[in-house]
Amino acid sequence: MRSFSPKVKLSVSVMVLCSMSFPAGYAAKGGSDKDGSADMSRKARRANSKAAKPDGGVSERLKYRDEGQKAATPPLNDEQKARHLLNRISFGPRNEDIDKVLSIGVDRYIDEQLEPQSIALPESIAKLSAEPALKDNPAQLFLSYGRDAFDEMAKAAKQQSMTGKIDAQVKKEIGQMVRDNYQELFGQVAGARLLRSVNSPRQLEEVMTDFWFNHFNVSMNKGLDHLWIGSYEEVAIRPHVLGKFRDLLGDTAHHAAMLFYLDNWQNTAPEKYKMRPGKIGKRFAGLNENYARELMELHTLGVDGGYSQKDVVELARVLTGHGIISKSSIQKYPAGLNSKYGFYFDSDRHDFSDKILLGHIIRGRGAEEVEEALDLLAKHPSTATYISYKLAQYFVADEPPKSLVDKLSKTFTASGGDIKATMKALLRSDDFWSSANSKYKSPYRYLISSLRVSNASIQNSRPLLGFLNQQGMPLYQCQTPDGYKNTEKAWLSSSGLLQRINFATAYGAGRLPAARATGVEPEQLIRVVGLKPTDTTAQVVETSPKGLKISLLLGSPEFMKY
Amino acid sequence: MNRREFLKTSAAFSFSLFGQNLAGWAYGGSKSLEGKKLIVVFLRGAVDGLSVVSPYGDSRYYQARPTIGIAQPGQKDGLLDLDSYFGLAPALAPLLPYWKDKSLAFVHACGSPENTRSHFDAQDYMESGRPGVKVVDSGWLNRVLTQLPNTKSPLRGINVGATMPRILQGPENVASYAPQSIGKRSAMDVPVVAEAFSRMYTQRQDTLAAAFKEGIQAQDMLNEKLSKEMVAANKGAPSAKSFKGFGQQLGKIFANDPSIQVAFVALGGFDTHVNQGAGKGQLANQLTGLGTGLSDLISNLGDDYKNTVIMVMSEFGRTVKENGNGGTDHGHGNVMWILGGNVTGGKVYGKLDGLSDDKLFEGRDLPVTTDFRTPILAVCEAHLNLEKNKLNDVFPGFTNNDRSLDQLLRG
Repeated sequence: MRSFSPKVKLSVSVMVLCSMSFPAGYAAKGGSDKDGSADMSRKARRANSKAAKPDGGVSERLKYRDEGQKAATPPLNDEQKARHLLNRISFGPRNEDIDKVLSIGVDRYIDEQLEPQSIALPESIAKLSAEPALKDNPAQLFLSYGRDAFDEMAKAAKQQSMTGKIDAQVKKEIGQMVRDNYQELFGQVAGARLLRSVNSPRQLEEVMTDFWFNHFNVSMNKGLDHLWIGSYEEVAIRPHVLGKFRDLLGDTAHHAAMLFYLDNWQNTAPEKYKMRPGKIGKRFAGLNENYARELMELHTLGVDGGYSQKDVVELARVLTGHGIISKSSIQKYPAGLNSKYGFYFDSDRHDFSDKILLGHIIRGRGAEEVEEALDLLAKHPSTATYISYKLAQYFVADEPPKSLVDKLSKTFTASGGDIKATMKALLRSDDFWSSANSKYKSPYRYLISSLRVSNASIQNSRPLLGFLNQQGMPLYQCQTPDGYKNTEKAWLSSSGLLQRINFATAYGAGRLPAARATGVEPEQLIRVVGLKPTDTTAQVVETSPKGLKISLLLGSPEFMKY
Repeated sequence: MNRREFLKTSAAFSFSLFGQNLAGWAYGGSKSLEGKKLIVVFLRGAVDGLSVVSPYGDSRYYQARPTIGIAQPGQKDGLLDLDSYFGLAPALAPLLPYWKDKSLAFVHACGSPENTRSHFDAQDYMESGRPGVKVVDSGWLNRVLTQLPNTKSPLRGINVGATMPRILQGPENVASYAPQSIGKRSAMDVPVVAEAFSRMYTQRQDTLAAAFKEGIQAQDMLNEKLSKEMVAANKGAPSAKSFKGFGQQLGKIFANDPSIQVAFVALGGFDTHVNQGAGKGQLANQLTGLGTGLSDLISNLGDDYKNTVIMVMSEFGRTVKENGNGGTDHGHGNVMWILGGNVTGGKVYGKLDGLSDDKLFEGRDLPVTTDFRTPILAVCEAHLNLEKNKLNDVFPGFTNNDRSLDQLLRG
């Protein structure tokens, strides 16, 4: 994994792992987005937001399974139970994981996974958090890796130039260095994520990280988020994936990556920007509702959660002045250099008047208003339902039964938004235990589970990331704020399925330079996949050449599901 | 035995599985659609529209662009005159015959009403077709497919490239084909592998089995169309970076196949902040490849050109003034290109009243006087014969009051 090098040329001669361009659009976009932000005119936003979700928005409505159609599945035996549990609370069982669950029992295994701190990390995983892309705060990352890191170089080049302007070639070279930096950072972040997903013994923590990252999605393809994606996951997501929902909400709300991604860094009290001349006035051109809207629609209440366009505006006003560190703000507020979020509250741009959010008065007083607003949203019954639905969809069924969602919602509310308590209720529910093998794997889960079950040794993460690009799920690059879905409807396609089969064939046959299956026998995989001798797949594997068996198992229809 | 022979003879792939469907799309093309096709070419990175169709009749064009303005028609590396005011980039000479036979039209000062200058957001909006709305889970070209009669072909929607783009995401199944993979061995070209996977998948009665079968059929059809000449001749490895080379390949795929309805190609390399060049140079090189590719595509379409519309678009335009590095920065309005046997071409549509500062957006960019959805709707209505209520589903929430493109296609 550490051999990741941006300069290594991709080898894609194997089978049809075609066109594994390194992150789609990444090189093309890197650094060119300096003025890029969704500076939406207020008029346009307003036109788009007559109601909570205007023009028949397409956010997912909650669809429940018809309770009458509950699948009558026979009860699972111990080994089937172990396999099902591992399929859902990890990225796929390894042979020894099944043994472990069988030996300590399902309940103890769940309890262990719910307390990730209790599980020791091997050095190879523990050291990942020391990578600069994960460890440095947004200000440090901005100053050491952003375009500004090359200011001195650009200044010197300007002085040396005859025309007084920076030479185009020099500018190009600096641009290249900036992009190389981005690639280096992305290598660290993506490499760490893959390695943790595949090898961390705290598997539920990894699965929950995937869940919550998508819930609070940001995309590194948007401008400065290249720099901050690793810090975002490390600071705002990971510490809370089994903790309190309110903490996730608070940390994501303050992190520079989110403030940039959904444009809140520009959100300014309209009467304040008018006094400002020139460029600054343009950049901070009044209210920007993007983040406020998604905070309610996607992060808390859900699209039908009972808020109005008026609430969006009120929340946007609460969020005015919530910005990110910059060169000028560091001069005014040197402590910003040490902010773990890269957060900077600009009182000059804040609307200090009172607001009424969801019928509740919030007294205008500055940066603390947002805490009151987030408390309100976190405790709202719609939030409990929405979060419970999403957890049930992710862990149980694409269309989960309403009775389960209601039960989880009660636990969520009673525990003050405690994710661990909610997950415990979910993992003890009958609905969970009767849902084995009913979900279709997302590309990420397919890739990671393939690598896990086969004890992969990863040589180079880049072709693996290329496979995710090809599958339409590039890591850290979901464009839209609703994050990647995890349903069959979203991921099952004819070309996508054939790509998986091609991948499985190349990888299983040892012809993928990126990773090798090590020390796994077909019999072990048959156990891990859960095949009976009478199953067609088992029979096909039985009669196929030895060198093909692993490929067939990893490309089998059974392994596409979990 | 190669894979296709295997599939034909294998008991697992009896004709009851394939034959029936094949007949369905090979001979039963939809009457109402009559094999009409829409091909969208997306130029990622924001192509400089003022270097594609340049208003050389306005002297401000040259004032704003002292080094990258393309010379007047008749001069060295000069523009190709279109209508005594606009000129076509000399690099696009391969397209001039289509202008002359009036099957090539342009819509100038066209684009998105959303004024973001971020590639990221602007591409997202132009592909989702819902500018300003961030959470949209389908692309407009997929929604077009939803509105068209289903030809039941696994190739009714084709994405050229390995990764499914935003514009084609949605409920309709679309085949992805990467030009550079044609002619390369895939797992399923190895008979023993194909046989094993086929046995696993085709005996099932579920969604996975259906997806598997459809994937195999699509791959077969593509290989069939391209097998002989293309694969043998150039080992199927044309450059993906330019359109040159695979325009031909595409033409062969589309021609004489009424079951293919929409296709999408994205090309990159247009973000010319530095050393853009004029009649020759960086951008001209890109445009040469694109122009040649489009003209190859059209020649290979043959008679099917009359059933085809090709739209070339880009997320936004670039600044009117050149910057200090001989390039241009992110702007607003752009030019859309529309080609097709039934296009009322030989004309630059749209409202571009010169380049004086007061006519520009924020005093620096081409304005958007025609919403990008207006020409698309004109094509959907007059070319794809979509009814009014179906048009609304292509761009929900958008009401088109601009009738200036009603005659874009001959009825």
